[in-house]
Amino acid sequence: MNKLFNSIVIVLLVILIAGIGYAQTPQQKNIILATTTSTQDSGLLDELIPVFEKKTGYFVKTIAVGSGQAMKMGQKGEADVLLVHSPDAEIKFVAENYGVNRRLVMHNDFIILGMAADSAKIKGTKSAGDAFKKIAAAGSLFISRGDKSGTHAKEMKIWNGVGINPEGQKWYQQTGLGMGNTLGVAAEKKGYTLADRGTYLAMKKNLGLDILVEGDAALLNIYHIIEVNPAKWPKVNAAGSKAFADFMVAPETQAVIKTFGVDKFGSPLFFPDAGKRVDDLGK
Amino acid sequence: MELFLDGIKKALELIFSFDPEVLGITFLSLKISGTATLISMFIGMSIGVAVALNNFFGKRLIISLINTGMGLPPVVVGLFVTIMLWRNGPFGFMEILYTPTAMIIAQAIIATPIVMGITLAAIQHLPENLRLQILSLGATRLQMVWLLIKEARLPLLAAVMAGFGGVISEVGASIMVGGNIKGYSRVLTTATVMETGKGNFDTAIALGIILLILAFTVNAILTSIQQKQRPR
Amino acid sequence: MSNNKPSILAVRNLIVERAGAVVLNIHSLEINAGDLLSLIGPNGAGKSSLFLALSFLIKNTGGEIFFHGNRISTKEEIFNYRRQLVMVFQEPLLLNTTVRENIAAGLKLRHKPANEIEKSVDRYASMFGISHLLDRSARALSGGEAQRTSLARALAIEPEIVFLDEPFASLDQPTKESLLADLQQILCRTKTTAIMATHDRNDALRLSDYIAVMNRGKIVQLGMPEDIMNRPADEFVASFVGVETVLRGEVKENKDGINIITVAGGNLEAIGDFAPGSHVLCCIRPEYVTLAAAAGASTSARNVYMARIEKIIPLGMFYKVELDAGFPLISYVTSTSLDNLSLDAGQNISASFKATAIHLIPAR
Repeated sequence: MNKLFNSIVIVLLVILIAGIGYAQTPQQKNIILATTTSTQDSGLLDELIPVFEKKTGYFVKTIAVGSGQAMKMGQKGEADVLLVHSPDAEIKFVAENYGVNRRLVMHNDFIILGMAADSAKIKGTKSAGDAFKKIAAAGSLFISRGDKSGTHAKEMKIWNGVGINPEGQKWYQQTGLGMGNTLGVAAEKKGYTLADRGTYLAMKKNLGLDILVEGDAALLNIYHIIEVNPAKWPKVNAAGSKAFADFMVAPETQAVIKTFGVDKFGSPLFFPDAGKRVDDLGK
Repeated sequence: MELFLDGIKKALELIFSFDPEVLGITFLSLKISGTATLISMFIGMSIGVAVALNNFFGKRLIISLINTGMGLPPVVVGLFVTIMLWRNGPFGFMEILYTPTAMIIAQAIIATPIVMGITLAAIQHLPENLRLQILSLGATRLQMVWLLIKEARLPLLAAVMAGFGGVISEVGASIMVGGNIKGYSRVLTTATVMETGKGNFDTAIALGIILLILAFTVNAILTSIQQKQRPR
Repeated sequence: MSNNKPSILAVRNLIVERAGAVVLNIHSLEINAGDLLSLIGPNGAGKSSLFLALSFLIKNTGGEIFFHGNRISTKEEIFNYRRQLVMVFQEPLLLNTTVRENIAAGLKLRHKPANEIEKSVDRYASMFGISHLLDRSARALSGGEAQRTSLARALAIEPEIVFLDEPFASLDQPTKESLLADLQQILCRTKTTAIMATHDRNDALRLSDYIAVMNRGKIVQLGMPEDIMNRPADEFVASFVGVETVLRGEVKENKDGINIITVAGGNLEAIGDFAPGSHVLCCIRPEYVTLAAAAGASTSARNVYMARIEKIIPLGMFYKVELDAGFPLISYVTSTSLDNLSLDAGQNISASFKATAIHLIPAR
């Protein structure tokens, strides 16, 4: 028994030493950015973050999750700064004092996608709500993210707006997956879905899904940056978080956002909005 | 099928163009899973041998626990390690969540019971009197353990292979505790998941193929050692 | 035991318990340098436990072990003592490597210089006639070759004492015979003290200086082979060493060192000095019972009976003849005698044995 104990002690020491070896990244140099999969999948952050890191010396750890989970991380103080697109939840988040200094960064828009055959005849519909009503009425398959992401929140808002509760309906399926995977499922099952334009453009070539409804102000996909409240969580890297938030709304960064994706997709993926008012967007 | 061929083409392209990002991801995968396997080898083998050779109260319970541990779902390990390493969690002060270290810890936790379980079985599978015979030939306890390990080297190598195979192909825990951060904690499996999500199926397939080649190469090397050791 | 050789290993009150039960209880045992002591007894008699206890490989609950007269007690003493002895098991338990490496194993554990190891390996391999197998894998050996390797590995250490735990039990007869002969010679040449467990009494009789009969964890009799054979201490030993006839009786007379004993079905005359009225067991070895044609047999034997042949059982080298002489009696005869006397079941013949052929044990 004694020997067993000795071996365990030795082993634990080895782990500890190995751990220390790796854990020597200096404190408060790390910034944890919790953001959405759609942002990461667009590749925009891969372009912006190296610029920021070079400029400031911070190391940004981008954790791509749904907007809902990103805000949960913020609530627990497990992230420093959030780049999210779920406005109603964000307002609540800030109101409850979990976040501070919420600033508008950019927007793109959501689009309703489906097969060209368009069994629910929604093509050309101006309002997203009307399109959803038609899908529900026709009982056409609708694929939802169902993962409490910004996209999911937007979708639920539209359903609520027209007084339909799709949950549990036969024609309504939830994937629980990220945007890219959900698009894949929608294409395979020949269903309708709601997607952000950036991810759609990036994946378009393999999908066979068409844009059926676009342009409704209700379909705007608006990204804000929020610093997690350091008063609530002393371990939060407040300086780093502020630096990153400032960087995201700085003119040079905004200029990059404006042209990002043009060379690859022929049109930009995001529209820079720093300093604007939400109500003015899309007008 | 066309997609798959595209993937293979892309894989060859990525490999032979020595794409620095893919190379980096591949080396990081090797480094993280290799280190984790090494750690699990030390812990797994020492505890496995100790449990096999000692009789103590509760030994059967311990063995059942180890065998259960061999099937630990990686995501459960990932969740557990994440909660432990959260800033405001018990080990938050170490600040290692979303680092390769965290991934090594999670992977070591996944691989250790596998190595331990196979070690335990391998040592127990040796003839009962072999231990006594070795001691009777004048071995110290340490020499005896060493000779037993040498005797069980074939199954022990299999243990290491199983451990490595388990962690190199694991994605759930890696993505949770590593965060799939570009150039830092992105490994083959997490990159594959991400590229699939982005719809870059060719890249995803390419990464998958590289992962396969990697796992195959490491196992081929270990197997050749194993087969060479087998007496005619 | 005293045969003027110095004592090398002595045991007093050695007790081993397993799961609360006493599996070994040795009141005293001593072996002299250069002797070969055989342990015989049925399976589970405690022979292996005795070896393991003597090697300190199982925990003893009590007792003292003396090596060259010095009591072994501290950890260091135990380790140094253990390195002076070696054990050979029934199964060869070779390491998964070459024969050469196996023979070298004990020497390597002692960190002997390489050239010395090489010399020893060659020497012991040739002694056991396995020089041609040195580079063979231990997994590719026959049973006899493997056991030879195991013995060479043990003796290459040049131990003071070797414990042989039924090393021939799983070998076929010819393989065993040739190995036994080699082993006896090597032990003699190297002057190695040996304790050998066996359940084959013939092996024990052939090789041993002394024999200890074990039963239920105890040594029930210790003595020279002919003592054990002819003068078993109790019924268990008697049956174990091949006494086929054991008769219970009462001493009727004691006259000039001759006891006349009444058994069920007749009277026996035996050498003995028991008082009249004592209860005794009469042990008669089957090879001492002589058969002759029923009529006109002349013998100097004191015990002559007319007997009926109940059954004849062939045992290979000889025949076992079961007789009814008023009491059950067993005799071994050669096939020549069987032919000469033309024995057959149901026949009546004369059976005789000398008074000295009966060994008397007090009955409880």
